[in-house]
Amino acid sequence: MSKDPIRAGEIVVFNVDGREIPIVHRVIKVHERQDTGEVDVLTKGDNNFGDDRLLYAHGQLWLQRHHIMGRAVGFLPYVGWVTIIMTEKPIIKYILIGALGLLVITSKE
Amino acid sequence: MHSFGYRANAFLTFAITILALICAMASLSDNFNSPSPTSQVQVLNINWFQKKPDGDDEVSLTLNISANLQSLFTWNTKQVFVFLAAEYETPKNSLNQVSLWDGIIPSKEHAQFWIHTTNKYRFIDQGSNLRGKNFNLTLHWHVMPKTGKMFADKIVMSGYRLPEAYR
Repeated sequence: MSKDPIRAGEIVVFNVDGREIPIVHRVIKVHERQDTGEVDVLTKGDNNFGDDRLLYAHGQLWLQRHHIMGRAVGFLPYVGWVTIIMTEKPIIKYILIGALGLLVITSKE
Repeated sequence: MHSFGYRANAFLTFAITILALICAMASLSDNFNSPSPTSQVQVLNINWFQKKPDGDDEVSLTLNISANLQSLFTWNTKQVFVFLAAEYETPKNSLNQVSLWDGIIPSKEHAQFWIHTTNKYRFIDQGSNLRGKNFNLTLHWHVMPKTGKMFADKIVMSGYRLPEAYR
C-alpha cells in the first residue's frame, strides 16, 4: 500500500477485529492530526444507507492507518468470482489442486 | 504434444491473455477523454449549529448543489460516484474532510443535476472549533469504469464560513 495519505473518496480495504473477511468501502470522513499525521477515518458502502460504524468493533468509532491494508485503484469484471467459488465450494479448490498435481506428475519434461 | 489437453491449455491461456489486453486497451481509451465538468454550491441556510453533550460541534445546513458532469462519461464508464465534502483546518487537525452529500450517477443523462437538500451525513467536528470557521466545499467525483483504472478529480469551491455563534 502506498505511503500516500488517506483522503475522502478513496476506496480502502480494511479488516475489523473479529471479522475474517476484509471490507472494501469508501472513505467519507477524514480527520488528520497536525502533529503526528495520524488519521481517523470513517467509511461507508456507496449504496448503503448508513456508515460502517455498525460494522466496526464494539465501541470503535474510527479506523486508523493500521486497520487499512490497501486501496482500490481499478476494476476487473468477474475476476472475484474465482475467489468466491473457491471459498463457498471448497471442493472445487481441492479438485483444482488435485488436477494440477496430477498434471505435474504425469507431464513428460 | 498435440493432445487435447495441451491444445485446450494453450487456447485458454491465449484467450485469457487477449482478454486482459482488451481490458487494458479499454482502460487506456479513457485517457483520451478530456472532461470539462462544472459545479456550483450555495449554502442556503444554517438550520442549526450546536455543541453536542460530548463537546463536539455539529452543524446542519441546507445546500443547493448544481453540476454538469456529463463530459466525464465515456463508453467505458459504468457509473460516476459524486460527493460534496466540507474541508477545513483546526488547531488539532491539519485536515478535516467531512462528506455532506453523495450520489451515484448511473448514466450521462443523469449527470447534469440540481439538488436542494440538507446534509445527508452529519457535519460533526472533533472538538469545538466550528464557530466562525472558514471552510471549502469540494465536489469530488470518482469515475468507475466498466473495466480498468478508476479516475478521480475534484472542484474546490472556497469562501464559505460558519456563523460566529451557535444558533
